[in-house]
Amino acid sequence: MNDLLKFITCGSVDDGKSTLIGHILYDSKLLYADQARALELDSKVGSRGGAIDYSLLLDGLTEEREQGITIDVAYRYFTTDARSFIVADTPGHEEYTRNMAVGASFADLAVILVDASQGVLIQTKRHARICALMGIRYFVFAINKMDLVDYDQARFDAIAEDIQALSEELGLSHVTLIPVSATEGDNVTKKSANMPWYKGPTILGELENVDVAAEKETGFVLPVQRVCRPNHAFRGFQGQIASGRIQVGDTVVTLPSKEKAQVKSILVAGREADAAETGQPVTLCLTKEVDVSRGCVLVDDAAGLQVSSGVSAEILWMDDAPLTPGTGFFVKLGTKLIPGEVTAIDYKIDINTGAHEDAEGLKKNEIAAVTLRFADNVVVDTFAHHQNLGEFILIDRVTNATAACGVVTEVAKEAWKETTINPELRRLQKGQNAITVAFPLRREGITEGLIQDVEKRLYHAGRHTYLYKPNFEDAPNVVRHLNRAGIIVLLALDTDTVPTEKFAEIPGFLAGWEDKTALTAGAIADFILEQSDLDLAASAAYREPAILI
Amino acid sequence: MANLSHLDALEAEAIYIIREVAAECDNPVMLYSIGKDSSVMLHLALKAFYPEKPPFPFLHIDTTWKFREMIAFRDRMAKEKGITMLTYTNMDGVRKGVNPFDYGSAYTDIMKTQALKAALKKYGFTAAFGGGRRDEEKSRAKERIFSFRNEAQAWDPKNQRPEMWQLYNTRLHKGESIRVFPISNWTEKDIWEYIRREHIEIVDLYFAKERPVVYRDGNIIMVDDDRMRLNPGEKPEMKKIRFRTLGCYPLTGGIESDADTLDKIIDETLAAVESERTSRVIDHEETGSMERRKKEGYF
Repeated sequence: MNDLLKFITCGSVDDGKSTLIGHILYDSKLLYADQARALELDSKVGSRGGAIDYSLLLDGLTEEREQGITIDVAYRYFTTDARSFIVADTPGHEEYTRNMAVGASFADLAVILVDASQGVLIQTKRHARICALMGIRYFVFAINKMDLVDYDQARFDAIAEDIQALSEELGLSHVTLIPVSATEGDNVTKKSANMPWYKGPTILGELENVDVAAEKETGFVLPVQRVCRPNHAFRGFQGQIASGRIQVGDTVVTLPSKEKAQVKSILVAGREADAAETGQPVTLCLTKEVDVSRGCVLVDDAAGLQVSSGVSAEILWMDDAPLTPGTGFFVKLGTKLIPGEVTAIDYKIDINTGAHEDAEGLKKNEIAAVTLRFADNVVVDTFAHHQNLGEFILIDRVTNATAACGVVTEVAKEAWKETTINPELRRLQKGQNAITVAFPLRREGITEGLIQDVEKRLYHAGRHTYLYKPNFEDAPNVVRHLNRAGIIVLLALDTDTVPTEKFAEIPGFLAGWEDKTALTAGAIADFILEQSDLDLAASAAYREPAILI
Repeated sequence: MANLSHLDALEAEAIYIIREVAAECDNPVMLYSIGKDSSVMLHLALKAFYPEKPPFPFLHIDTTWKFREMIAFRDRMAKEKGITMLTYTNMDGVRKGVNPFDYGSAYTDIMKTQALKAALKKYGFTAAFGGGRRDEEKSRAKERIFSFRNEAQAWDPKNQRPEMWQLYNTRLHKGESIRVFPISNWTEKDIWEYIRREHIEIVDLYFAKERPVVYRDGNIIMVDDDRMRLNPGEKPEMKKIRFRTLGCYPLTGGIESDADTLDKIIDETLAAVESERTSRVIDHEETGSMERRKKEGYF
C-alpha cells in the first residue's frame, strides 16, 4: 500500500530548484508525451541554446514563463514504486514569501536548495525559517551545482557546518544533506560517480524512504465540521480526525460544553466501522444528546485540551495593507470562525536573521510574535502539541482577504483552576525526574558521609533531593510518596533492616550502578544529574506554564 | 495522515473540502459534467454526508451536443442516487444556431462559459464545486482549491488568496463566488484506481467498443447522431475506440483501443503516451489558452 508524501522545494531563482524537480520527473519517465513535446517547443523560445530547460515544466503562468521566475506555488504529481508524491514548487523571492508559506503549510518535508558555489545565504535561512514556522519537521538540504565546485568534498563539508549551525538556531530535528548537480543529474535519482566520498541516499531515494509519520500527537481530537441530521433518529458529528484513534464504546468529552458520552457508532467516509484513526473523515454518533455544533471539538482525556480566549502566537503578515495593533479580524482556527483582535505586537522577527525588533506595525511578508484575543472561549492548543488546533488564519473583516496566518506558541490558561496538581506537574515544576538511587552501605567506599557530599552537589545544581535512611517495613511507600512529591530520593540502605528487593518495583529505582561509577561524590552526583534530567519534549503531559491575562 | 494510503489520503482531503463548503457557504452547487471526474465527485459527495443526501443540488450545463449516452446516464444517476439535478442550456445560443462546426472557440465560450455564468447567476449560487485537477494543465497546477471569482466571474491568477493548511477562507462580498476543486490533487491514474476500488459507475463511452467514427485533423470523432456534418469524401466507419475524456461529441477525440475493462483502461493509462487533454481539441490552440479562458470565467 503506497502512501503519499507532500513536499515543498525552496530556493532562489538561480539555485536550480525547478530544474531539480523537472529532472526527477523527467528521469522517472513520468512525463506524458504531449507535455514533453510542449516542453521542447517552449524550450526553443525560452531557454539557452535549444537544450531542454526542465524548469519550463513547472512555471505554469504566462507571466512566469516570460519573466523566467516562479511567482506562485505550482503543484506536480508523480509516483514511483515506493510512494506517491505531491511537490509544491514555490517562489524564492522575499516578495513572494506568502506564496512560499502556502506551499510550506501543505508539506510534510522541505527540500531546500543551496548553491554549492555560494553556500548558505540569507535566503537559505529565510526559507528554512518559514518552513519551520509553518510546521515542517523534515528537511533535505540539496547542495546543488556540485559540478561547479569540482565535486569537492571539503566544500560540501564546509557548507554542512553552516547548515548544522542553522539547524541548531531554528531547532530543526530531522535534517539530511545531499550533494547534487541538478543539471548533470548527480545524486538526483542516480548515485553520482563523481562523488564517491558521498555514501548517503539520492534525493529521490531519501524522498522514497523518509518516514514523516513518526511523531504522533497525544490523545483523540475531532474538530466538528458539521452536524449530520437526515432525520430525527440520526444525529452524527462529522469531521476529520486531527489526532489519535477512536473506537465504538470509547468515552469522549465535548468541548467547550464539557459533557461526556460514549461512541455509539462510527462511519468512516460513509461506511460503518468499529474504529477510526488520524486523518480519516468520520461521522460519530454518541450515546446521548450533547450540546455540539460546528466549531466544537470532541476529545478524550489524553488529549489534555482546554478552552481559552487568548493566545500568544507567531504570525506571518500577508496583506498589502499593514497591520496595526488593536485591529479586529475573523479568526479561523480548526473549524471555528470567531471574531478576534491582535492586541499587541510583542516583537517583530527578522525573517532573514531571526533577530527580535520592536515594531509599531507589520508589513507584508513580515513575521512577528503577537498577542491575540478571541471574542469567546475557543478550543485551542499550542501548534507544537496539536497542530490542527494551534494554526489559524486572520481574515480582514472589510476586504475578506486572508491577511495573516499564524501558529499558537502559548495558550493563556484561564482554566488553570481546574487543573489537578499531579506528580507530572510537580516534576515539571521542579524540572527533574523523581528517581530513587540506592546506596548500599555494606559496599566498601559507600558511607553516609559520601551520600551527604553527593546531596550537597545535587542541591547546588538546583535539584530537589532527600537523603532517606529507612528503618521500618513500610519504607517503600515512603519512597513512593517522596517521588510523587517530585523529590529525588538518595536511599541509604542497610540491607539488614530493609532488603533492596522491596524497592525494586518503584518506578525510576536505580540499584547496582555503583559498579560502573567511580565512588567519588563528584562522579556520583554527575551520574544522578544525568539520570534525573527532565526531557521536556518527551513529557506527554507537558503544558506551557499557566499565565493569566 | 502519512499512514493512510494515498487514495485514502486524497479521499479524506476531498471529503473535508466538500463538508467545509456545505458548512460555510450559503448556496453551493456541484457542477456535473457526466464525465469520470464528475462520477468520482458525486461519489465523494454521497460518502461525505451519508446517511444524509448531499445538501446541495447538481448542475449540468447542457450544450445540446453531448453524446446521447451521457444524457441518459445523467438522468439515470440523478434518479438512482436521489439527488437534485439541474440542467441549463444557453437557449439564446441554440436559437441563433451556435454549433461546434461553424463557431470554433466561440462555440465553447457561448455554450459553455457564458451558459455556466448565466446559470450560476440565475440560481444565485455562491460556491460551485468543479472536478478540475492540477495535473491536467499548467495554469490549473497554479490554481488554489478555493478559487475566487469577481463579480464578472473572472479569475485573477496574480492575486489568489493564500491557502494555508486546511484553513479555507470562504468569505465573500455580494456578487462574488468561489469555484471549489476538491480533487485538485488527484491524478488521472488516481481517478481510475479510485473508480475501480469503489466500484463507481461511469459512462460506457470510456470502455472500448465498436463505434461509428470519422478521422479528422488527427482526431477520431464519433458520429453520434445525424447532426454530424461530414466533409466531402468522409464516410463513417466502425472502429473499436474509447474516450479518455468526454465533452461535446464533435469536439471530443477518441482513441483506438481494446481496453474494455477497468483493469485494461488503467494499464493503458499507466503506459499513456498522450496526456488526456490532447483529445480535447480546444486546448491545442496555443500554450496559455486555458489560463486565458479561465481569466474570462471558464471553469
